[in-house]
Amino acid sequence: MHTIRAKHHLSPNVWRLVVDAPRIAEIRQPGQFVIVRLGPGAERIPLTIADADPDAGTISLVIQSVGKSTYDLVELEPGGAITDIAGPLGRPTDLIEAGHAVCVGGGVGTAVILPIARELQSRGVRVTSIVGGRSREWVIMEEELGEAGDVIACTDDGSYGRPGFVTEALKDTIEAGGVDAVYAVGPVPMMRAVSELTRPFEVPTTVSLNAIMLDGTGMCGGCRVSIGGETRYACVDGPEFDGHLVDFAALMDRLSTYRVFEQEALAKREACHIEAGEKAAVAATEARS
Amino acid sequence: MTEQRPPLTKKERMAIDRVAMPEQDPELRSINFAEVNQGLTYQLALLEAQRCLECPKEYCIEGCPVSVNIPRFIRFLRDGDVAAAANSLLADNALPCVTGRVCPQETQCELVCLRGKTGKPVAIGYLERYVADWAQAHADQLEHATATRTRKSVAVIGSGPAGLTAAGELVHRGHEVTIFEAFHAAGGVLIYGIPEFRLPKDIVQAEVDRLKEAGVKIEPNAIIGKTFTLPELRERFDAIFVAVGAGLPVFMNVPGENLKGVYSANEYLTRVNLMGAWNEESDTPILHGRRVAVVGGGNVAMDSVRTARRLGATDATIVYRRGREELPARIEEVHHAEQEGVEFRFQVAPVEVIGDEKGWVTGLRCIEMALGEPDASGRRRPEPIPGSEFELACDMVVVAIGTRANPLLTATAPELVVNERGYLQTDEHGMTSMPGVFAGGDIVRGAATVILAMGDGKRAAKAIDAYLQGSYPPPEDAPATEARQARATATTTA
Repeated sequence: MHTIRAKHHLSPNVWRLVVDAPRIAEIRQPGQFVIVRLGPGAERIPLTIADADPDAGTISLVIQSVGKSTYDLVELEPGGAITDIAGPLGRPTDLIEAGHAVCVGGGVGTAVILPIARELQSRGVRVTSIVGGRSREWVIMEEELGEAGDVIACTDDGSYGRPGFVTEALKDTIEAGGVDAVYAVGPVPMMRAVSELTRPFEVPTTVSLNAIMLDGTGMCGGCRVSIGGETRYACVDGPEFDGHLVDFAALMDRLSTYRVFEQEALAKREACHIEAGEKAAVAATEARS
Repeated sequence: MTEQRPPLTKKERMAIDRVAMPEQDPELRSINFAEVNQGLTYQLALLEAQRCLECPKEYCIEGCPVSVNIPRFIRFLRDGDVAAAANSLLADNALPCVTGRVCPQETQCELVCLRGKTGKPVAIGYLERYVADWAQAHADQLEHATATRTRKSVAVIGSGPAGLTAAGELVHRGHEVTIFEAFHAAGGVLIYGIPEFRLPKDIVQAEVDRLKEAGVKIEPNAIIGKTFTLPELRERFDAIFVAVGAGLPVFMNVPGENLKGVYSANEYLTRVNLMGAWNEESDTPILHGRRVAVVGGGNVAMDSVRTARRLGATDATIVYRRGREELPARIEEVHHAEQEGVEFRFQVAPVEVIGDEKGWVTGLRCIEMALGEPDASGRRRPEPIPGSEFELACDMVVVAIGTRANPLLTATAPELVVNERGYLQTDEHGMTSMPGVFAGGDIVRGAATVILAMGDGKRAAKAIDAYLQGSYPPPEDAPATEARQARATATTTA
């Protein structure tokens, strides 16, 4: 059992859970992830390790509630527990040793960028982080990233920071010259747009692929992605790949495999909650009368 | 339980016909996940036990990869002393509830049974299952040997049949055993691969629980090569047994293989079995194909196609590139699949998976095969017939054409010698190139059967025990064992 030590609300649907996982905290490296199973009957889902405190024996998981399993996870409170956490999985990020790196984070992907930015900074690499969100409340981890270098925050609606997409800020930064590498993690369309943008500039671009996974050790093959025309497994060959070689359309397509099932599961979950809420309301009314 | 009855004459025994395994009705069972084989009743088991002729030369023991003393436990059973039969069986076989269900007896013990020369062999598998199930239900009536603690520790990596068997053998020799399992639950292929209707998961759980009660520690979610490296474990433990299986799926390498609706058998079965996706209560999704093509002819292919039937497939088809005679699956599995309405397309190989504009599978383009001269495996080599391509309409494809070694563990232990296919090399007792590190099961032999993995686990445990006592190598196995292992070539998967 992995006890929840702290919980922070980062954006309307993103939470950070600080969880006991001493061994993983001790050895994890930037870019690696864990497979989490909340308890009996729950799915196994991959989550990136956003941060770790080896002394406290904890890791930080940043979770966006988008489906039943993630809603169930973010409902946990400190003192609660996750039954299974396996890892650290995947290959660590291939980091540059010197120069200037731009770390681009979109939404919950920003959490994946943080350990990368920190490690780059500790190597003496100049780091510029570009983080984006729909509007102000969706921009996360700006402060932490600020400790690792410059930060440009962008909002689609212009409610905070620079108005527009992260790609626009990235384009300006690259055009200013001297960018040696780009690390981009976020929604698939964002990673695709970043890769398309950096391609003509020939700036090496690393993206992290959130493919559907079961075991995370290469045994199911469900996370197969197409990289430069070859099938690779996101869990063991990745999760990070050269963005210029990724077939993003194929990734998006495979990610939609269980969409109908996910919508049904979420609807069922909400119905259960409404029912439970109604029962509680009825019980409260009865108790009062 | 002992009942005295006059012994039957040989002639009377010969007159008894082999009992039939009570089975769930095929139509009913093709829509449920309950076990197909219902097990013998006490009366049927006693009757079948009478059929054993107690041959002076015990061929059946030689036919068994773990050398179960078959005539001995059958004799106890025949005499009505089921507890003695159970103690006898458990002394030889760590997982009899499992092997009684999934062993290919027809190519092992029952193949060499003398009664098979003139009729049907003794139903050794059915009897084993009967006695093993009785033992699981009557644990309090069994002997519990207590071993003197040696204070030596052994790490077992992987909790499949090889790992569980070795763990059981080692803990009973007084060693401290810790099993490291990558998944959240122990059992390996027994829980993620073999379906509920062939091997109920509570049976496997009971076997795992029995080991825990005997003192075996189990660490789930521990991926060796990631969570810990092999050299790290080597420092913590006096010996190691690597039994991680052949975990990686093999795909067909044809266009369209990444379309939605194409599963490896590993993924399909793991979702259904380990994650319980067959059950409404599970959060793990699974596609319910209506027309399902399963590529392959082994037991894993049979498990997949029968699972697809149970999940609502109206058409469930096996696509196999060789002929019926070459099917590596157990005869019983093929027979059960046919009873359940599974279709077989022989001498057909897929060349492309076809999809619609939204990326979903709509068909499997195949080519017919002619069988040529025997190849290295002794089976006739399939060769495509030019111009014979056709499309098999389907909305789901499960690829069950084998597995290969997972490099995760070996990548962190460069001193381990592996062969060109990534399998570990060992000496004749199971020790790898790293002193004190032993290996067995599929990670050594390639995809094989549960019982061969268990045989490796048992043999390795003996060698590890000798190693821990400073008397490695262990005393030579009987020559028969080596011959047997050579015969038991790994062509089938369980």
